[in-house]
Amino acid sequence: MAEMTIKKRPKNLDLTTIRLPLPGKVSILHRISGAGLFLCFPVMLWLFSASLTSAETFATFKAVFSSLPAKVILAGLIWAYVHHFCAGIRFLLLDLHVGIEKQAANKSAAVVLAVSIPLTLVLWGVLL
Amino acid sequence: MINRNVVGAHYGLKDWIAQRATAVLMAVYTVIMAAVLLIVRPSTFEAWLGVFANGFIKFVTFLFFVSLFYHAWIGVRDIWMDYVKPTGLRLTLHVLTIVALVGYTGWAAAILWRL
Repeated sequence: MAEMTIKKRPKNLDLTTIRLPLPGKVSILHRISGAGLFLCFPVMLWLFSASLTSAETFATFKAVFSSLPAKVILAGLIWAYVHHFCAGIRFLLLDLHVGIEKQAANKSAAVVLAVSIPLTLVLWGVLL
Repeated sequence: MINRNVVGAHYGLKDWIAQRATAVLMAVYTVIMAAVLLIVRPSTFEAWLGVFANGFIKFVTFLFFVSLFYHAWIGVRDIWMDYVKPTGLRLTLHVLTIVALVGYTGWAAAILWRL
């Protein structure tokens, strides 16, 4: 038991030489999108508050949505939410041991990206 | 005989389950709200206000926010645990994260219950 836990195993943490497989990319994007959403909570709460305070602040909310820099940032947030949502469903299925074989996991990672990117574009078109 | 390494008393199972339970709640809320917004299509302030002033929507929206902040606590805590090695700095970040998320919960409640 003790020997097993202290056994030194080779490790490579050099990010420039690591080539992540697709599930690895979906995984790190899940973390990045989550961190980004967390950092933007104050902005999102402020926007949510402005949208519900009065007709004037609602107009401000709409004006913020119509400027190009805001649209780019909001598109980023929409992507983060959609990716986190899609990848999250994949992780929940993996937790239930659905699709844990290498091929299936590769395929579901591809499905996450194939759904999240077009869905982001659709929502960008509908909302912004 | 107790024959296990007891360092770290519990192993995060509660957090692991909470992260998934809140994820499911938020996913269900997202689908319900998407459907509500597609049906109501609120384009004016009054219509938008009307959606969130509804007692049920207000209630589930608050639950969504609580789930979101609890979920975010577990996720952000994992990020600090993975990348921030100095203990003092990591614990400071943990405390700041909790303070922010508790504050956001109060803010979200204030937004919803003045409607």
